[in-house]
Amino acid sequence: MKISSFLRLLARNPLARPATRFAVPPWASALLMLVVAAPAAAAASPAPATALASPPVAIRGDMVYPVSGAPIKDGLVLIREGRIAYVGPAAGQTYGADVRELCAAVVVPGLVDARATVGVSGMLNQPHDQEQVERSAPLQPELRAVDAYNARDELVAYLRARGVTTVHTGHGPGVPISGQTLVVKTKGRTAEADVLRPAAMIAATLGADATTADRGKSPGTPAKAVALLRAELIKAKEYADKRAKAPEDKRPPRDLRLEALGRALDGSQPLLISVDRARDILAALRVAREFDLKIVLEGCAEAPLVLDEIKASGFPVVLHPTMERSFGTRENLSMETASVLRRAGIPFAIQSGFEDYVPKTRLVLYEAAVAAGQGLDRDAALAAITLDAARIVGVADRVGSLDVGKDGDVALYDGDPFEYVTRCVGVVIDGVIYPGE
Amino acid sequence: MRISLEMNIRRLSSPAALVLVLALAVSAVAQTRPIAFQGGRILPVEGAPIERGVLIVQEGKILAVGPMGSTPIPAEAEVRDVSGKVLMPGLVDSHSHIGGGSGVGADGSSPIQPEVRALDGIDVTSSSIAKARAGGITTVNVMPGSGHLISGQTLYLKLRPARTIDDLLIRLPDGSPAGGLKMANGTNSRGGPPFPGTRGKSASLVRERYVAAQEYQEKVARAKDDPEKRPARDLALEQLGEVLAGRRIVQHHSHRQDDIMTVLRLSQEFGFKVVLHHVSEGWKVADEIAAANVACSIIYVDSPGGKLETRDMDIRIGAILEKAGVRVGFHTDDPINDSRLFLRSAGLAVRGGMSRDGALAGLTLANAEILGLQDRVGSLKPGKDADFVVLSGDPLSVYTQVEQTWIEGTLAFDRSRPADHLWAVGGPGAGDPLRPHYCCFGNAWGVIAAANAAAQ
Repeated sequence: MKISSFLRLLARNPLARPATRFAVPPWASALLMLVVAAPAAAAASPAPATALASPPVAIRGDMVYPVSGAPIKDGLVLIREGRIAYVGPAAGQTYGADVRELCAAVVVPGLVDARATVGVSGMLNQPHDQEQVERSAPLQPELRAVDAYNARDELVAYLRARGVTTVHTGHGPGVPISGQTLVVKTKGRTAEADVLRPAAMIAATLGADATTADRGKSPGTPAKAVALLRAELIKAKEYADKRAKAPEDKRPPRDLRLEALGRALDGSQPLLISVDRARDILAALRVAREFDLKIVLEGCAEAPLVLDEIKASGFPVVLHPTMERSFGTRENLSMETASVLRRAGIPFAIQSGFEDYVPKTRLVLYEAAVAAGQGLDRDAALAAITLDAARIVGVADRVGSLDVGKDGDVALYDGDPFEYVTRCVGVVIDGVIYPGE
Repeated sequence: MRISLEMNIRRLSSPAALVLVLALAVSAVAQTRPIAFQGGRILPVEGAPIERGVLIVQEGKILAVGPMGSTPIPAEAEVRDVSGKVLMPGLVDSHSHIGGGSGVGADGSSPIQPEVRALDGIDVTSSSIAKARAGGITTVNVMPGSGHLISGQTLYLKLRPARTIDDLLIRLPDGSPAGGLKMANGTNSRGGPPFPGTRGKSASLVRERYVAAQEYQEKVARAKDDPEKRPARDLALEQLGEVLAGRRIVQHHSHRQDDIMTVLRLSQEFGFKVVLHHVSEGWKVADEIAAANVACSIIYVDSPGGKLETRDMDIRIGAILEKAGVRVGFHTDDPINDSRLFLRSAGLAVRGGMSRDGALAGLTLANAEILGLQDRVGSLKPGKDADFVVLSGDPLSVYTQVEQTWIEGTLAFDRSRPADHLWAVGGPGAGDPLRPHYCCFGNAWGVIAAANAAAQ
């Protein structure tokens, strides 16, 4: 059962009509400032000027974790023209007075969320800001998240203020194919200005979560969902063949849906298949074999039951949030699955996923923290929300580690980023400084 | 196989079998030999931390707490070395939906149903109860949902090893099970008729029923012992009478600042004792809450939003209420937050600026007060129930595990046992209801063997 259905039973009417928003009165803001000396929350702060105009930034950390290499004590990350120009010990390094200097206890690469719906499923959870699933048809790969992403949703800034600088977001699970995803920086300007990959993957779902209970509609069962997907892939293959082989005057007219699936078939825009039950994981692998697809497995609550099959496939796993609620198809999830994948040598990242109630977005930092608390090696936990995530979503050449030439994306913390009591004290994206939490 | 197992379980309801099962299930309650836990860091919550301390328990109660060396250990005591561990009171969750969730409260027939009891709806075989124990929770307030103005009587539970709901009850001196009354306002309790469509109507419906309860009480009082004059029993008004008499605390869901003020207004008008739950915008009216001397049970959710009323939720809420002088407890609202990670609430509270002492009390003593159970639970103090957790490290750290949960001197959860480890982290089988063998027997055959033995 979905959390929303469960809670609707508890709270009969949780999603009622919109209410007037009450602005924060000045005295309350003052009170907030008194209580916490940290910088004020930047929930609605306007995005600063572009990276090109930004002055160089020097970030000094008692500990700097490049992720791609060994941690550096008393380290320095120097960013010029939005890109990393130096990573290493601070000792002996000098820079001019024009350089803006930031200091923190711990410095890590800007966090990368391997699978979110932020900006697409909005903070208010009202019909007008929920764009993650279009239910007019079960398979709609032609829908593009870049056309639905609201860069200025408050939750985008919320994630940024806690260290998340890149998200792979888009249409959510819930129908066999919901649309195309994008990879975007959390600068909060526009989809165009912030995007890294406008058409990253195609979001698919198999298993009970892809089905509908409506009579007369499909898919009503997990098997039917697979049948629909196979039929559509065959159609896309035939379409691609015809477009390629037929003489110009005999080519079929363009079909955006089949073109999108064609990119899934040729591997340029892989299917991101949300599956949790062992049965459904195997179904996804079966379809991938049949069509020689490159896929990314998403969710995978029952991965420990089919570990050998996942490992043999070579496909990466974007694992469900560690604190995902264990209901329905995810009733058997374990907070130790990240460790299990790690030991098995299966490439994986941790995601914030999709929530249809509260919290409206999760924070990958918290999800990786609990995985680390439940035994995942700390370096692996950090990699799962930085470099490993960047690799899986195809942006490791730009982000995910602190390496010379990569984007100047950095998150600063006043202690171990995984500890509950640690705060994010600042964020840098493309060399532009943003406030922390 | 399944049929025969069920038949045998049914046969267990014979008195002889019941005695047998109870003896197996709760045998440790009759723990007469004291146990001394020594060498660990003790966080008593009432009183300063003890670096290397001793906690002595006997017959379900705390006998002594103090520093090693100066705290005498009875000669007959079983001594357990807990060096390197941290001991703190069993966690008290002041708002949860473990034990089945939706079946626990009122139905859609009316917005006000105080006669409905969580007691009659909780499923003790739900794995959510085992998971709560794994999170270190020893006392919990199981609430009906927030979809009604008054959705029923809540139930305070001790998470002892249990076969039936009776094994979990906390009995008041008169023998009745302890609990509160769940109320809600704002958007959750609104809807089409017969539910209210506005905030004004919501308050009006509540006011009407409390006035009716006052009149009912007066009639009962006037009738004295004359059965002729007594009004016909009304289960709903009886319960509101319990609230008016101060014998039942109102546990009130409320998010928005204006709704919070309405709760305070109604509680003052009728003189009932109330605790505010969730209180998302409580930071906007912290001084008013403090002036009304009303405690708050708050929740830390990982991002604001998800519903309109929670868009201004802020991690600094605990700190702000604390500074204003409000007593602050935390809750899981399980399944909103996972009971197994309840300690995390205290960590996030400190992240938001709350004091460490306030955060630890928010998991324990403040919640005991919120439930009116502070004389029995919430701190490590001689005479209180021997409810405590053994932690691998500091309670505010993400790397800390709940290693053991002790309830009334009985080990109710032990992470080193594979079956308990499953409840702590999840995995195949953790979503299922508890099978009988999890509570009382090594395996399902044990259930059958015991039933057969009892039948002979």
